[in-house]
Amino acid sequence: MLKDYMAILNLAENEGEIRSLTTNRPIASLPLGSRYRVIDFMLSNIVNCGIKNVAVYSKSNSRSLVDHIGDGKPWDLNRKIDGIFLFNHALGDFAGGDIKLLKNNMEYFYRSKSKNVILASSYMVCNMDLNAVAESHEQSGRDITVVYTQTNEADNKFIGCYTLDVDENNNRITGVGKNAGIESNANICMEVFVMSKDKLVQMIYKCSKKLNEHNIYNIIFDELSDTEINAYKYEGFVSCVNTIAAYYETNMKMLDLDVSNQLFRLPDRPIYTKIKDEPPTQYIKGCYVENALIADGCVIKGKVKNSLLGRYVDIEDGAEIEDCIILQNIRIHKGAKLSHVIVDKNVDIEPETILKGNKVFPLVIEKKNLIK
Amino acid sequence: MAKKNIVAMILAGGQGSRLGLMTKKMAKPAVPFGGKYRIIDFALSNCSNSGIDTVGILTQYKPQVLNSHIGIGTPWDLDRVHGGVAMLPPYMTEAGGDWYKGTANAVYQNMSFLDEYNPDYVLMLSGDHIYKMDYRVMLREHKKNKADATIAVIDVPLEEASRFGIMSTDENMQITEFEEKPKQPKSTLASMGIYIFSYPKLRQYLIEDAQNHESSNDFGKNIIPNMLKNGERLFAYRFEGYWKDVGTIESYWETSMDLLDPDNDAKLYDDSWKIFTDTASRPAQHISAGAVLENSIISEGCIVDGTVINSIIFPDVTIGKNTRIENSIIMSGCKICNNVIVSKSILLENITVMDHTVIGNGKDIALIDGGRVIETQGRMD
Repeated sequence: MLKDYMAILNLAENEGEIRSLTTNRPIASLPLGSRYRVIDFMLSNIVNCGIKNVAVYSKSNSRSLVDHIGDGKPWDLNRKIDGIFLFNHALGDFAGGDIKLLKNNMEYFYRSKSKNVILASSYMVCNMDLNAVAESHEQSGRDITVVYTQTNEADNKFIGCYTLDVDENNNRITGVGKNAGIESNANICMEVFVMSKDKLVQMIYKCSKKLNEHNIYNIIFDELSDTEINAYKYEGFVSCVNTIAAYYETNMKMLDLDVSNQLFRLPDRPIYTKIKDEPPTQYIKGCYVENALIADGCVIKGKVKNSLLGRYVDIEDGAEIEDCIILQNIRIHKGAKLSHVIVDKNVDIEPETILKGNKVFPLVIEKKNLIK
Repeated sequence: MAKKNIVAMILAGGQGSRLGLMTKKMAKPAVPFGGKYRIIDFALSNCSNSGIDTVGILTQYKPQVLNSHIGIGTPWDLDRVHGGVAMLPPYMTEAGGDWYKGTANAVYQNMSFLDEYNPDYVLMLSGDHIYKMDYRVMLREHKKNKADATIAVIDVPLEEASRFGIMSTDENMQITEFEEKPKQPKSTLASMGIYIFSYPKLRQYLIEDAQNHESSNDFGKNIIPNMLKNGERLFAYRFEGYWKDVGTIESYWETSMDLLDPDNDAKLYDDSWKIFTDTASRPAQHISAGAVLENSIISEGCIVDGTVINSIIFPDVTIGKNTRIENSIIMSGCKICNNVIVSKSILLENITVMDHTVIGNGKDIALIDGGRVIETQGRMD
């Protein structure tokens, strides 16, 4: 268990390719896996390794995030000593970059007693043992550690993420680039970093002196010119939720019991989320359910296949849902037929509606729309 | 201490021996119910939905499960600056100490708790009933009638009336007669075990009752009849809605099965009056390609690959391939492997049922003790 560590969740994630779902919320609070939010995964990884001091640096559209995190109780972070701290960017869309937000809240670093920091993004969905990452960091004797994953699907996943050249014999990084989706094999940076608090503070100050650099991760990789960066290879399941297609696929992957076991059923590493007090789900006579992930609070009379249902979803008689992601508080009325559709919260799909998307371009029905 | 208008006291100390193995490890109010709840959640949620923020829970029989379930009352919004939930077990004093001798004695021994809040009214509840009720409406009636005590009653069929405490009332619902389990009932208004007392009056009767060594220190047998005898103003409050006492294995099973009717009167899915409980973080339920589900309720964390008909499945249950669960209640953590048949059974928590096993004969309710492993080819009725 990590004793002398604190964690920073940096939510300056690029939302350009996932906009229809992030009009009202940051990526971090996108619903995922029927009853979770994107941030639950990294936040649970952090608390599962024993860290009790967590800061979340978020953009200005953070209403749903603040509502979700609350006082941090579901993650056992409603503490008097340490706990969770939310820093909200008051000005627009990270106009001054994440550096500005970090710098504006430097007092937090001085007040926190931990010596080391884990800095992470939220949109890398995984169940990661951060104890092992910290152990590798400490054994390496290097100032900075970066977690990466090896993939042969970089041509259609992790688009826009950092790619790393890794000297695998010495576990160190030799070069950095961005994934433009051209090659299939790549080492993808998972945007999980370990360093001392002093090192981070030093880099934030260094960055704020530069004119054109607003991004903390760029500054970290800048260090490559005069320092060795330790590389830690993560072997488990990971999916980056940074496009609509990736959002769709990450959800669909959770229907695979092997993936679901890797994410949700590892001993001592549960994923925590906010409690909503819904009743169990009711399956009415005549319903048909095949290969589905279903949250509590649903009432199912119709047909559900290869789909995920959030809390409080009503599937009426004769409604058919296939290859869909239905978020929370939604009624699919009689005879409606949906395939490859993402239905955002609080939507009523009227009787006999037919909606079709496809795997690459799933149709997104935005929050609180009435479809006729 | 700030004075409270009303304080609720929940009787949760009984063993509930008629529930057999279900109460081997816990008191009856802690018995799991309805796919994710415990029985006491209904009374506690009714309190918080009715705006009652101070609740004492009188415990005596095996309270550990109940204690850890209630905690500081957070799920019911009962972790309060003023008031909140208090667990009230029997305790020692300079003069020794006593177990709770009866329902009235349990409250008598905790009069200092009530005195601290000095409430105008005390609401007495049982921790073992399934219902949704707005106690504020009952309190309004109590005040309107300038009553000393108000007893919630429900109409029962005449043939069942002799199982209950039966009230006779005048046209204004003032109680004229009260009989505990009468052989020849004179009315069909049965006591639900829910009372509102004006506290000064209750206090007086509790003290008198404690001094009477012949008394069995019980609300139904002593306090209510004494008040009636002395001409106090006792009123019946007629409750029209779903109310079930889950006192026996049969009634537990039937009340559970009531929930399977989508239009059932328990109204579990009515969001305006939620039943709260202590919930852990679990993944959504995973329904595999081979699953067949019919008229059932299933909870978080389950993995279902078999057939589930007319059944209630608690959290974290695994149901294997070609397995058939019918008319049954499976409590949390059970692992039912492949090619198993379970019919009309109640499986308590954390049972592992190996392949090719048959449980239950489909006629009588089979109640299987928790934590055990049922070997392959086994058969249990």
